[in-house]
Amino acid sequence: MLDSIVSRISGSVVVATGVEDAQMYDVVRIGEMGLLGEIIRLEGNKATIQVYEDTTGIKPGEKVTNTKRPLSMQLGPGLLKSIYDGIQRPLDVLRAKSGDFIGRGVVIPALDQTKKWEFIPIKKKNEEVRPGEIIGTVQETPLINHKIMVPYNMSGELASISEGKFTVNDNVAEIKTSSGKSQIGLSSWWMVRTPRPVHKKLPPESPLLTGQRVLDTFFPVAKGGTAAIPGPFGSGKTVTQQQLAKWADSNVIVYIGCGERGNEMTEILTTFPELEDPKSKRPLMERTVLVANTSNMPVAAREASIYTGITMGEYYRDMGYDVALMADSTSRWAEALREISGRLEEMPGEEGYPAYLGRRLAEFYERGGKAVVVSPEGRIGSLTLVGAVSPPGGDFSEPVSQNTLRVTRVFWALDANLASRRHFPSINWLTSYSLYADDMDDWYKSNISSDWTTLRREALEILQRESELQEIVQLIGYDALPEPEKGILDTARSIREDYLQQSAYDEVDTYTSIRKQMLMLSTILEFGKLESEAIRKGATSQKISSLSVRKDLSMIKWTREEEVEAKVNEIRTNMKTQFESLMMEVTH
Amino acid sequence: MSNIAYKNLGKIAGPLIFVEGVENAAYGEMVEIKTQDGERRQGQVLDTRAGLAVVQVFGQTYGLGSSNTSTRFTGETAMISVSDEMLGRTFDGLGNPRDSGPKIISSHKFDLVGSGINPYSREEPSEFIQTGMSNIDGMNTLVRGQKLPIFSGAGLPHNLLASQIARQAKVLGSSENFSVVFAAIGITSEEANFFVRQFEESGALGRSVLFLNLSSDPSMERIMTPRLALTTAEFLAYEKEMHVLVILTDMTNYCEALREISAAREEVPGRRGYPGYMYTDLASIYERAGKIKGRNGSVTQIPILAMPADDITHPIPDLTGYITEGQIVMSRELHRLNVQPPVDVLTSLSRLMNQGIGSGRTREDHRNLADQLYATYAQGKDARALAAIVGEEALSDNDRKFLKIANDFERKFVNQGIDESRSIEQTLDIGWDLISELPESEMKRIKPEFIAKYKRNRIGLEES
Repeated sequence: MLDSIVSRISGSVVVATGVEDAQMYDVVRIGEMGLLGEIIRLEGNKATIQVYEDTTGIKPGEKVTNTKRPLSMQLGPGLLKSIYDGIQRPLDVLRAKSGDFIGRGVVIPALDQTKKWEFIPIKKKNEEVRPGEIIGTVQETPLINHKIMVPYNMSGELASISEGKFTVNDNVAEIKTSSGKSQIGLSSWWMVRTPRPVHKKLPPESPLLTGQRVLDTFFPVAKGGTAAIPGPFGSGKTVTQQQLAKWADSNVIVYIGCGERGNEMTEILTTFPELEDPKSKRPLMERTVLVANTSNMPVAAREASIYTGITMGEYYRDMGYDVALMADSTSRWAEALREISGRLEEMPGEEGYPAYLGRRLAEFYERGGKAVVVSPEGRIGSLTLVGAVSPPGGDFSEPVSQNTLRVTRVFWALDANLASRRHFPSINWLTSYSLYADDMDDWYKSNISSDWTTLRREALEILQRESELQEIVQLIGYDALPEPEKGILDTARSIREDYLQQSAYDEVDTYTSIRKQMLMLSTILEFGKLESEAIRKGATSQKISSLSVRKDLSMIKWTREEEVEAKVNEIRTNMKTQFESLMMEVTH
Repeated sequence: MSNIAYKNLGKIAGPLIFVEGVENAAYGEMVEIKTQDGERRQGQVLDTRAGLAVVQVFGQTYGLGSSNTSTRFTGETAMISVSDEMLGRTFDGLGNPRDSGPKIISSHKFDLVGSGINPYSREEPSEFIQTGMSNIDGMNTLVRGQKLPIFSGAGLPHNLLASQIARQAKVLGSSENFSVVFAAIGITSEEANFFVRQFEESGALGRSVLFLNLSSDPSMERIMTPRLALTTAEFLAYEKEMHVLVILTDMTNYCEALREISAAREEVPGRRGYPGYMYTDLASIYERAGKIKGRNGSVTQIPILAMPADDITHPIPDLTGYITEGQIVMSRELHRLNVQPPVDVLTSLSRLMNQGIGSGRTREDHRNLADQLYATYAQGKDARALAAIVGEEALSDNDRKFLKIANDFERKFVNQGIDESRSIEQTLDIGWDLISELPESEMKRIKPEFIAKYKRNRIGLEES
């Protein structure tokens, strides 16, 4: 038998000859250092390999070993609170092993192999179990109860089930199947490039509440929905993604830093353990998995990081949780595809990206959704996907943005112009859209207020009117506008400044409950109505904007959740009396 | 095998030579090339397979022929000997002494490429660096361990700005070791001399290391120069516990060199002919800024790049902006108005600003004041554009106020000349001087308690 050896090295792509019985996507180890790679092309016994680590120093003739297994990951208790690189190596353990700089050829199991978890069985011996059925649980963190499930391809009678403390590699139950006995452990393995199956996809009907006013009110994403945030650099993609990871009301968060800045990942690492979940008051880290593949790590691992992230997301969805996954940024992932495709000398599509870019993106977003997962009882879970896109030069017509917009249903358009005047979050209210808003009407009616949809539409109309009026102002100047139009501009400005602008760094303003959003918006619109009424009766917009209550409107956002009701009532009363006395002045 | 010299050059194309009959050259291995006349050049393996190695030559390819050139594979990847003797010295773009001093011999040999810092080992940069420049300290604060590029254009005084930062930068209440590593990448000798003179005059030369690849030097060296500089900086920071400021100028020339090699290798080009991996390549340079937990030093980077045709969407500034933690953008318009430094504050950004400011670092009102100044300046510029069409008389009262503040902001806040170093208090006070002309109802970005505490009370301006 021939030895399989390296025959060519070009950057992150290595060609090996003498590889027998290999299959596409098999994981291989290269050279004396044992660098990890994955087979991405096969011709006879010649395999082309993308390498997840830096290939400097590798020579032709070095040995290649096939592990005969596609890129897989271990799923089990201990995923939460972890921070992984693109190929599921825990970075804290990696640091302990190879120092402050990332070493090569280091193999580290993703889950702590020695930690013992308390397993509490739910099923009993001799009970029939079916695929996806929960046989017991492990309290992974105080926030998340980890469900141990029967694998998809297994069913039968429980021959035995244990109780007590186990490591992730221990077996906790045994099933008598038609073909003999099978073991169920605390952990299982899954190939990251294969989606985990579901029984049935459901239409999304409830919003993922994020505490961000412009998102929740105007452009909501549903639980199980897909959203894209494209924007040029400096427009606030990362801050928006991090705000979502902090405040979104899902059970589990998977955050993928894909080809982004190292310091940003460090920031998440230092802030998340200190932040509290608004409901449970527990550290946010207890429901979070981080995948950090920074821009200076090898590109092939960047390509893989998206898949390791989403596989973990699907795994928690299968337990019946609402999971939200943020990928920042999918453009870097696409560039990794482009780089590898270039090294394979494939015929390029648009802008050098491979022709299969659109398909790969669509496959990724299709792994999201709200679904009845594989289980006897029809358990429901959801996986929401939010992908940041970094279009070159902020030009949305480029291939990654366009292919993403074709498959996502929410579009949050970041705007460099808004960002440069420090209007944050700099989401353009005229070009963004959400296709879920109408589907979730019933949820809003029964959970917030019957007139929520009307409020939302009114506010958007005023903003639309504003942009039209702004064009006129550009031609004739503000002073030449008739008073009623000035009134509209005034209300629009209030919506923009007192409502849409939200500071991620202010302790109170960083999160706004949907109830507070309703109170704020209705008060602002109420003021707008009183204003246009007063103008109709002869008041000027200048007089109205000098009312002291006008300034109070901008203070609501700084008011704490528990005080907001009282504050709004006070403002509404003042509004009434101040407008009344203004009218007295005008009519006399 | 390092003793075998190969004579067979199969092909020479641009900066690449194809060496035939090579057994097992390592990827990234350094190569010594000797011409017929005995002249030595260096090269590095870019692509290797049994019997053939593609070598990138750092230098010219004239004098090389397919039969008269011998190549020796050194068996080593690119390394640099580093020591603290390097302080005060000047080297060329490949790390050889350019001054009259001796070659650096040291037991410390560092890999030029180096592997990335584990994000888990990084320490969040949060120490405020006072540069003495209001537009940076006040609006786009620099912190230790940050990478903050200057986006400039031909004919703009970015060199003045960079040297002023290097001269004035200090961390308040600290007297720790500070040094500068300067890498000239394809700039003219005049520009290089300017920096050298600046360092001499301010007495910083003794704690600086200079790597000079001038425009007349081989363009292929430019691939190495920033990496030599950063490897030296990392040594000084992490082994010698120094706070190192790295100035890389001009990154546009680096990217041009990258494009040259890519074209010679006949790779599929990305935007404007630059290679598709340029993002990754630039990241391997910029990401080498930072701080490491448990080590005292830091590497702060200020890369300078000239935007071709002042176009910020050009691939070089564009990809840079996606990697760096903000950018300082120079404005031709302000330069014409004699504002020094002519920095366009609105398009500039510092992503790490929030970590470095606030009470205990700068002052409690810093964030709010900066936000208010941004918003007001933006509105003032809108008003200016409007006034150009409809005349200043047709502006509303508020717009006229915004316009006046915008003008003052440029002339009093941004403009400060090349010799003035302002303390952070001075900068914030000037900010309040400007903002206090607004009615309080327009100060929406500032918390009421800060308005009460810091607002200037001036007779005639105060509202009832």
